Amino acid sequence: MTAAVPERPLPAPDEPDTAPFWAATRSHKLTYQVCLDCGDVVFYPRRHCTGCLSGSLDWRASAGLGTVYTFTVIRQHGHPYFRSRLPYVVGWIDLAEGFRMLAEIAVPPADAAVGLPVQLSWEDHAEVSIPVFRPA
Amino acid sequence: MPGAAIAGIHEFDKRVAGGLSKLQIKAECARLALADAGLTWADVDAVYDAGESGFGSGLTIAEYFGVNPRVVDTTSVGGSSYEFHAAHAARDIAAGACRVALLTYGSTAHSESRAIGTGARRPPAEPQPAANMDLPYGMTLIGSYATVAQRHMAQYGTTAAQLAEIAVTTRAHAVRNPAAVAGLADIGIKRTGEITVDDVLGSRLIADPLHLLDCCIVSDGGGAVVIVSADVASDIRKPPVWILGSGEAVGYPGFGSDITTTAAVSSGPEAFGQAGIGPDEIDIAMIYDSFTITVLAILEDLGFAKKGEGGPYVAGGRLRFDQPGGPALNTDGGGLSSNHPGMRGIFLLIEAVRQLRGESTSQVPGARLAVAHGNGGQLGSRHAAGTVILGRE
Repeated sequence: MTAAVPERPLPAPDEPDTAPFWAATRSHKLTYQVCLDCGDVVFYPRRHCTGCLSGSLDWRASAGLGTVYTFTVIRQHGHPYFRSRLPYVVGWIDLAEGFRMLAEIAVPPADAAVGLPVQLSWEDHAEVSIPVFRPA
Repeated sequence: MPGAAIAGIHEFDKRVAGGLSKLQIKAECARLALADAGLTWADVDAVYDAGESGFGSGLTIAEYFGVNPRVVDTTSVGGSSYEFHAAHAARDIAAGACRVALLTYGSTAHSESRAIGTGARRPPAEPQPAANMDLPYGMTLIGSYATVAQRHMAQYGTTAAQLAEIAVTTRAHAVRNPAAVAGLADIGIKRTGEITVDDVLGSRLIADPLHLLDCCIVSDGGGAVVIVSADVASDIRKPPVWILGSGEAVGYPGFGSDITTTAAVSSGPEAFGQAGIGPDEIDIAMIYDSFTITVLAILEDLGFAKKGEGGPYVAGGRLRFDQPGGPALNTDGGGLSSNHPGMRGIFLLIEAVRQLRGESTSQVPGARLAVAHGNGGQLGSRHAAGTVILGRE
């Protein structure tokens, strides 16, 4: 008998604000919102602009190029999947389009650095794909 | 004098609750804090509760204690809840809405083996949108603070040894506090004596650049604080400790924001401004020490050091209770070495009061002014900041 291989925890696909974001990942699109009235970038996704009072937001797809704003190397985790992956790098990525997102960075811990240029790739699952950044 | 004073305090004396519930811990601390003030249950006309004992605490906590409040406040902002509660109690008293406010906390985090810092086994059943964006990546609470430390190092040249100084200082204070020493042993920490910078740097990395000894302990615990109006304060057992100013703020991630700057940069100036004093006048700095980086960033944001200069500032034992050149930091031993049951903001108020009464185990002679700064949520991500300035007559 073999033990079940632990799986990555995945986002709820039907959470109302973020459902469109996760749906778009299935076609490998990293989306963000731009306010049609004031032009502000909104991220994470919402139904309202956080800059003005507008409720008119447009979805755009990012080119997936950015830099590592900061990061950490996770060496201890309570979840079986993440424990099986230790150590791994997670950080905040500044995307060229003007938003900041948390993501895993597929880089050996010793090579992780603030300011590292990164580009988007994808890890596919049945209902969503997970963005993963690699050195550009 | 201003309108509201802390009249009674009590800290639960154990770090392992031995089968007591959170509610039992809260009630024990409440009655002993009221006794400390020379008051009774019948005097309490306002309750402040962060909801840690279960759903709907605003409905149930008064009945459990047996009090009849005219003010019920269930502000819940993590570890900073108690600084927010103290601020609200002072305002409610100043407005004449109540005269005797009771703040309580109880936790059995250690007995429940809650891995607060390193992540849950399961994601939440109904995630909030922000959490639903972050949960696939395996970030932990400690990791979130670590991203602040990493950026602070890259931006300002701060070193791991400088961060370690904070843990060394709080342990030195803990060693002088018998409750902390007994507690460290009770929760299974083998070395309960003083530690060095090399000990911190030699402990294992949990989330780079934070080592095990950069992280707070996980204990059971609880406490209570009684805040009263000036007329009640004139007739209590111990010298009143006055609330001179307060500030509240929240922070969250965003493009272009500086992750090394916490919401304390807003709550601090508000509190100091109300009090009419500056950081250089503070004798006692009770700063939420979930991690060493928490203290470093908040000391800067409160104005004890310029942004980016916290590393050199904390070096050389400056923040020890018996050293000149800066305030005494977390003289009870802090969350790093005395107790951290999950939301330790109430202990910041309690130890500040001990110092201003002259009752601390690491007493600063003649201490007059203290700051208690609570941090809730997670630095590097969503967090709350509550600053309270306290002074004796």
